[in-house]
Amino acid sequence: MSLEPSERVAHVPPSGIRRFFELAEEMDDVISLGVGEPDFSAPWSAREAAIAALERGQTSYTANRGKRELREEIAADARRWNLEYDPDDEVLVTAGASEAIDLAFRALVDPGDTVAVAQPCYVSYTPGVTFSGGEVLDVPTRVEDEFTLTPEVLRAAGAEAADLLVYCYPNNPTGATMDRAELAEVAAFCREHDIAVLSDEIYADLTYEGEHVSIAELDGMRERTVVFNGFSKAYAMTGLRLGYAMGPKEVITAMNRIHQYTMLSAPTTAQNAGIEAIRNCREDVEEMRSQYDRRRNFVLSRFEEMGIDCFEATGAFYVFPECPGEDAAQFAEDLLEAESVAMVPGDAFGVGADGHLRASYATGLDELREAMDRLERFVS
Amino acid sequence: MEHADELLELLCENARYSTADLARLSGLPEATVEETIAELEAEGIIQGYTAVVDWDAVSDDRIQAHVELNVTLDRETSYRDVAERVAGFREVQGLRLVSGDYDFALEVEGQNMREVSRFISDKIAPLPEITQTVTHYIMETYKQSGHRFDDGDDDDRLSVTP
Ligand SMILES: Cc1ncc(COP(=O)(O)O)c(C=O)c1O
Repeated sequence: MSLEPSERVAHVPPSGIRRFFELAEEMDDVISLGVGEPDFSAPWSAREAAIAALERGQTSYTANRGKRELREEIAADARRWNLEYDPDDEVLVTAGASEAIDLAFRALVDPGDTVAVAQPCYVSYTPGVTFSGGEVLDVPTRVEDEFTLTPEVLRAAGAEAADLLVYCYPNNPTGATMDRAELAEVAAFCREHDIAVLSDEIYADLTYEGEHVSIAELDGMRERTVVFNGFSKAYAMTGLRLGYAMGPKEVITAMNRIHQYTMLSAPTTAQNAGIEAIRNCREDVEEMRSQYDRRRNFVLSRFEEMGIDCFEATGAFYVFPECPGEDAAQFAEDLLEAESVAMVPGDAFGVGADGHLRASYATGLDELREAMDRLERFVS
Repeated sequence: MEHADELLELLCENARYSTADLARLSGLPEATVEETIAELEAEGIIQGYTAVVDWDAVSDDRIQAHVELNVTLDRETSYRDVAERVAGFREVQGLRLVSGDYDFALEVEGQNMREVSRFISDKIAPLPEITQTVTHYIMETYKQSGHRFDDGDDDDRLSVTP
């Protein structure tokens, strides 16, 4: 046998972001609005807890599902969103939400199953479905719905026939959020057509208007939903690789079956940081959230003043303006070349994103101001 | 002045934000921003605007000291009276009444240690209310007014990520 990649893998194109990353990396003095992670470091007390645990020599595996203490904190924390999960068998701690999402696909998808992927969205769902042998059904959301998911777009895509639906709200790349009423319509659609839901809520804490609502809280949804969350965004802990899934016992058990063979347990140091993060870092999260909110106001105002259309994104740390040029990929390249400002063309995030750009405001205000000045110069 | 806190926070972060930027950041109309700041200034809530400077990076002929002062009071002399006398000196950059082992915490600035020492021994220590002074020279500043002095460009994130 040769070392040819399997067909499944060969089929999946490299991430659309990659090419753009290479362009940006070649240049000096780039102000990047293309970064999908916080510009803050993890709260000091969480880092300190990780260091202290290392000092005490806590370098062994933990239970497959994660340290019990951490699962208890996660379950208690989820009550903020009216979610009740048993830390014993309904919570699974993973190496980032990424692992949890992958586990869910592998645990739930049989060859030939159809997974509806609401887009534009985080880049890993479509490949994840493919890797697990499922068929992806693209569900493009629409700018006129402010990129929320609606029964209309689900129907238009033929999602009645789907077995699973996956989405993220607050959304990467659009910054869209969904309120209770909007989620209730999606929930009704899923119940009617017996569709299970994978709800990626990793940006839940970064919601700027109203409260985050989880679909799992709605009538008849808990039993058909897996909720993903993690420490990467709210706690600025991307590099520690810590996330989790919450769901009914059967699915968590199935996911853990894979996890126990492939990962054993999430990084122990990160778990120790995670316990402290939930217990004592609420204020840090609030402080970061309010910084993001200011920046969000700032970039939205600047776009408006420049005459660039942009719906009012209310979550995560992205805004998703309409591209002032004909072709978003070309515009992004030209902007990078002329003004050394990086924004990611929307189509890197799937269908429904044509003619848009993702601008991340997880960047210091001084840089954001400079980036906006450069953009203004470029478009005028 | 219902937006005072938000604007004060922004100004403490960067007193040079333009009115337009303050409006964009807070989501308030520019007129509201201007009115609120004018009011805050008029009421003395905003006492001034200043820069946070790393003087060590500028020159060697400037030194700061933190000075502990103990005082004795009598019926005719209050803390405020002592403060008035001490705060008058140009060398005194900051003056606070504090709880704990001493009464006043003083920030003093001068060209060199000798000058600051002479100022303390000639001007402050002899004041009749002062019973004791302890001078701590600032050797290195790591953080001031919320600004980290060593905070260079240490963004080690990849420039474009999903
Ligand atoms: C919507 C979404 N889900 C999941 C992830 C991955 O998170 P983690 O670092 O927990 O693997 C990201 C990261 O960008 C994301 O944007």
